[in-house]
Amino acid sequence: MMDEHYNFGFLDERTKKMIRRAMLKAVAIPGYQVPFGSREMPFAYGWGTGGVQVTASIIGRDDVLKVIDQGADDTTNAVNIRRFFARTTGVPTTEKTAEATIIQTRHRIPEAALTEAQTIVYQVPMPEPLFRLEPRRLETITMHALGEYGLMNVKLYEDIAQLGAISKTYDYPVLVNERYLTSPSPIPKFDNPKMHMNPALQLFGAGREKRIYAIPPYTSVRSLDFEDHPFEVQRWEHACALCGAAESFLDEMIVDDEGSRLFVCSDSDFCSGRREAGHVGTQQAVQMPDALARAAVEGAR
Amino acid sequence: MSSDLLLSVRNAGKQFMQGQRPRWACRGVSFDLYPGEVLAVVGESGSGKSTLLRLLASRLACDEGSVFYDLREEAGNGVAASRGASGLVDLAGLSEARLRWLARTDWGFVEQHARDGLRMNVSGGANIGERMMALGARHYGKLRGEALSWMERVELDVDRIDDLPGTYSGGMQQRLQIARNLVTHPRLVFMDEPTTGLDVSVQARLLDLLRELVDQLHLAAVIVTHDLAVARLLAHRMLVMKDGCVVEQGLTDRVLDDPQHPYTQLLVSSVLTP
Repeated sequence: MMDEHYNFGFLDERTKKMIRRAMLKAVAIPGYQVPFGSREMPFAYGWGTGGVQVTASIIGRDDVLKVIDQGADDTTNAVNIRRFFARTTGVPTTEKTAEATIIQTRHRIPEAALTEAQTIVYQVPMPEPLFRLEPRRLETITMHALGEYGLMNVKLYEDIAQLGAISKTYDYPVLVNERYLTSPSPIPKFDNPKMHMNPALQLFGAGREKRIYAIPPYTSVRSLDFEDHPFEVQRWEHACALCGAAESFLDEMIVDDEGSRLFVCSDSDFCSGRREAGHVGTQQAVQMPDALARAAVEGAR
Repeated sequence: MSSDLLLSVRNAGKQFMQGQRPRWACRGVSFDLYPGEVLAVVGESGSGKSTLLRLLASRLACDEGSVFYDLREEAGNGVAASRGASGLVDLAGLSEARLRWLARTDWGFVEQHARDGLRMNVSGGANIGERMMALGARHYGKLRGEALSWMERVELDVDRIDDLPGTYSGGMQQRLQIARNLVTHPRLVFMDEPTTGLDVSVQARLLDLLRELVDQLHLAAVIVTHDLAVARLLAHRMLVMKDGCVVEQGLTDRVLDDPQHPYTQLLVSSVLTP
């Protein structure tokens, strides 16, 4: 039930209109960061204030909302935001990816393919991909305007030269529509290929940095790389211990002090769906007693 | 022969506000520069040398007069390269995109302090590769090969390609800066006191290297310096500046051996000879 003391979606109508206007511009210029008047929300910065404002501005009474944090529906951030919208809008919420019309996410894209009827809203801590490379805001704006993105490759070059491979595994920079360099928010690079030509509308909100950007449906999204060091996603030697999935993004959990690790799907809805369909994993942790020693050796090298 | 001109400066001037009063940092500067020619700008501190250099490199806008540059007709890498005027063009009329493209392909800028011209948080190799990557080079192996060959050319130890410039000595940083600028084969290089702050033997090696590179690559250069020996070694012609005005200009040997203006005479006679 909606709490009648709040306006629908918590924000007042004029604020929602302002945010929608910013979103329209963002959709019209894929990957371009549009400034907007970010509001004080009843969350701390870093807990998804940008994503919440975007969701609050697009949500309607017919929508079904799903909120995930690191792929899971039952983590603190996800539960809080879901409860917040249940209280301020009264719209039904769900944990099933297929049933949702709006999915607000932090750090993951669901494993299940999205459809044209869905919108995915990302929570973004730092929208500027050049942030660590070029400290001057004016300069980064000029670089975006002129499409000068050589500097990002300098960073990737440096990774290969120092570490033998591109070390960035999350928030991996992408070029949207072959024009704007964009931060995909801190999703693992495993999810980057899912953004390319995705049928769903992808909206990004950064509350503290006061920026909104978007990737419209069926837009090309290319992860930056070198010709002789092409972009690759992570792979695991193990399958999910609960559902046996070998193609999903796995969380690695240390379960004792002897190096046993449990690998499970990070997308909790995907995992439970597979289990309901009868898939079963090994149900046990993997013994990796030498993992620490090996890591130490590699670290020393 | 005016069609061969590379850079032509006409009556250029720049004004700064000092307190409430405007003051000309440099004014009424005119000269021509031909491809492959090295011009030294000398004068005491505060005479407007560096301001002039910044005007030439379009880092500052002229308040008066103009700077013309011979744009290369070259379709290719840069977006801006293929369109727009060519021949001698007033730099003030170019778009920012075009100027930035010029600055990282056809020009080089060697700063007095290497840390201003280098990226200190990435390795030497990445510093050399930056301009090529900005022009769209996307092959790691080739970038690295090019970086290695340039390190050899400027006599840097190739084993240090992955070290941060902060770990290099002052002379090495200056060499790295030169390599980083020359990698795109510019036609014109601006240098702001490139040898100041280096000790004498390192200075000599750097000057040697510069002379060799200028010769090999047929570079034109504008070198700002207060060291007359540097001007004597490198430059074909020189400008002497005082209080923002050019007081004398001509062939280096002529100006140094037979100074006409009282200030130049003072300058030449105050050189210490051991």
